[in-house]
Amino acid sequence: MSKIEALSQIIEDTAVMGSTVIIDTGCANLSSVRYAFERLLSVDERKNLAVTDDIAAIKAATRVILPGVGTAGAAMASLRNKQLVGVIKALTQPVLGVCLGMQMLTRASKERGATATDCECLGLIPTDIEQLDSKGLPLPHMGWNQITPSAHPIFNGIDTGAYVYFVHSYRAPISEYTIATAEHGEQFSAAIAKDNFIGLQFHPEKSAAVGAKMLKNFLTMTQSTLARSKPYQRQS
Amino acid sequence: MLAKRIVPCLDVKEGKVVKGVQFRNHEIVGDIVPLAARYAEEGADELVFYDITASAHDRVIDKSWVSRVAERIDIPFCVAGGIKTIEQAREKLAFGADKISINSPALTDPSLIERLQDEFGRQCIVIGIDSYYDDINDSYKVKQFTGDESATKDTQWYTPDWVEEVQKRGCGEIVLNVMNQDGVRQGYDIKQLSMIRSLCDVPLIASGGAGTMAHFKEVFTLANVDAALAASVFHKGIIDIQALKRYLRDNNIAVRI
Repeated sequence: MSKIEALSQIIEDTAVMGSTVIIDTGCANLSSVRYAFERLLSVDERKNLAVTDDIAAIKAATRVILPGVGTAGAAMASLRNKQLVGVIKALTQPVLGVCLGMQMLTRASKERGATATDCECLGLIPTDIEQLDSKGLPLPHMGWNQITPSAHPIFNGIDTGAYVYFVHSYRAPISEYTIATAEHGEQFSAAIAKDNFIGLQFHPEKSAAVGAKMLKNFLTMTQSTLARSKPYQRQS
Repeated sequence: MLAKRIVPCLDVKEGKVVKGVQFRNHEIVGDIVPLAARYAEEGADELVFYDITASAHDRVIDKSWVSRVAERIDIPFCVAGGIKTIEQAREKLAFGADKISINSPALTDPSLIERLQDEFGRQCIVIGIDSYYDDINDSYKVKQFTGDESATKDTQWYTPDWVEEVQKRGCGEIVLNVMNQDGVRQGYDIKQLSMIRSLCDVPLIASGGAGTMAHFKEVFTLANVDAALAASVFHKGIIDIQALKRYLRDNNIAVRI
């Protein structure tokens, strides 16, 4: 059996319990994220997957996904307009931020766009987003790059050197919250986590079988998974 | 290390994948979704769908296939053809496209690039450039409306100037399509691509001329592009994507296998 087939087998064999909510941030890649989860779920399980900005549904979910593309300022403004900032901060179930969703979990982003100040984010993972120093390599960092994952449960079954799809120009630096690293000019956080909050800088929904495995890992997470599994020692 | 990307391009016309020679005489290759899924499974790193009639005939692509592709495949894809407004771009992205590629409309109104970047971020704004070698003046120049031979026209832009301009205005990636080479499978235009590479701070995708595996090796090692786009060699089964990637890996080129 090839590695991809083996991964697919694991994915098919694990049942998904509880409800999964993708927060409707109003951003452009919502469908891609939803489709990626739908591909992993049976027809019955899909009934427990929702894309919504309904506060009660988000609070009640077994696990929550915070997607995002575009700029930090626009995405945070959308969360504020929808009264979701306090709601997300109070979540205790597993929360997965993807790409800009990851960046929104941090304290602040230096991606200013048209504004004169840094963008204040959710402050759930104490690190700050700054421009990637690509040391002359093309930017944005766009394409398939290798990650070095930790033992965090989101990476169950993911090997060192696995390729995932990145598209970004800003990044979280390496810190005690780093759970996977990647390199494009400099080393940076390919993923960060603190408590129940997990952020992936890359796009698992666009990362073929490797990304699907991570999403499936997330789908089988509950509050107790994350409580059991820390701390996550990074591989050097 | 960032892998070099192999990008099959599916030219779309009236809901089917087609392929012409030097932008002419289109023949139907197959249906969109099954071909897209096949390429994804075979190891393509990304797909580009280009509606070759859209710009030239002033109409927008039927978008229903965009969401059907997004539902099915788990690699990124870019949609090109006739996107002239923020709303048209928003629609493609909302249906699940990861990037949108702009060619002729950016030449008509370059401010479109800035407006798209402000709205969606530069990471999803790809600029396609159809460049040809003008042998009389020994220079590279940009053509517009190449989807339809009768509408195709020269522009005032020299290719290097346009490459600088679109980066200044905020594109996230450039596809350089070298027209003299397209469809004839004589190899990528290494000389031109190397020259453009030196001007290009964003990712650069080479397009036009792939005929053999060695052509891919050359364009990555000699022109140092980030990705290589090709159509007919994949559609016609001349090159198998997995075999190509093994070949590139054996030649010390970083690829995702």
